[in-house]
Amino acid sequence: MMSRLILYIVFAILFTNCRGEQQAVALEATGVFESKGITIPVYDFESFKPLLKINDGKIRVINFWATWCKPCVAELPYFELINSRYPDDKVEVILVSLDLPSQVETKLIPFIEKQKIESKVVLLDDPDANSWISIVNSDWSGSIPATVIYKNGDSNFYERSFTYNELEKELKKML
Amino acid sequence: MKTLKILVGVAFIIVISAFAFNKMPNSKTDEGYSIGDVATDFKLKNIDDSLISLADYKEAKGFIVVFTCNHCPYSVAYEDRIIALDATFKEKGYPVVAINPNNPKAYPDDSFANMKVRAKDKGFTFPYLFDDGQKIYPQYGATKTPHVYILEKTVKGNIVRYIGAIDNNYKDASAADQKYVEDAVNALLEKRKVPVEITKAIGCSIKA
Repeated sequence: MMSRLILYIVFAILFTNCRGEQQAVALEATGVFESKGITIPVYDFESFKPLLKINDGKIRVINFWATWCKPCVAELPYFELINSRYPDDKVEVILVSLDLPSQVETKLIPFIEKQKIESKVVLLDDPDANSWISIVNSDWSGSIPATVIYKNGDSNFYERSFTYNELEKELKKML
Repeated sequence: MKTLKILVGVAFIIVISAFAFNKMPNSKTDEGYSIGDVATDFKLKNIDDSLISLADYKEAKGFIVVFTCNHCPYSVAYEDRIIALDATFKEKGYPVVAINPNNPKAYPDDSFANMKVRAKDKGFTFPYLFDDGQKIYPQYGATKTPHVYILEKTVKGNIVRYIGAIDNNYKDASAADQKYVEDAVNALLEKRKVPVEITKAIGCSIKA
């Protein structure tokens, strides 16, 4: 059950820029799920949007997925591998789940626990998808998996599945 | 010598443009239909084992073609609303025609046998067709389920008038304040321009 007490939680994503100064991009979550020691912040698109435009020199690999999406689940290990193989200050993988909020505790959290997912997982819960799909990328039809790889102002978008080598190749374009 | 160079240059440009022109129709098929295109008819197997074509519907004024399937939670979330659309618009001349575009090898839940089960359990009032061989959905350009194409029957054929989502809230029908499909069909019935012609929605990737 979603914790009713914590309605507005600010998740700060801390990072160090190239001069070693600490900056924070604060994303104001609209809610949070907590179970089995796993915390999933929930965002509507408005609160999620800043995550697509962090200007700190780090590459962000943002994967839109859901536990019910077979091709998404199939490629998740490759995103995990990218997350573990590249240093945190260079590459950050963020797994944006589009699972139904009603299935976070029954499906999403058990999945994260069982698969030992280590990348950051957030829930994007904004049912008016027509209002935000094109803002993520004008070429996105709305099918998942879909992935954004960006660094500062450079951004590439992929509405497709990846093998590890394909994903790493795209990542290296940004390194 | 100079003329030769120019000629080679011209020939080169012609070759390039020939390729460019060649590519255009291809990329168009890849992306499927746009608003105003004539949609292809088909002959697909229905859950009652009959073969269904749009041409069978002599009385129809158009169609609400819905690419949908069994396994996808977004499709499931919309099932009741698809039934409701059929109930409202079949009599008015716009029946729902549902097509499962998925290859059951990728999604066993979407097999023809399971389509029969699902249709019976939910009491589908409309044909639920199997895109055997996955040949129809790429022509339409459907990328996910559910994905709706509203067609208007004209002398030129079935013209695509709307592409996209059913409404703007997959989670909660009562919270949807933009009923794209309803608004589009009502506009067509009243000979008005469809107010919103293209929308996007999250859905399950179609797997061929």
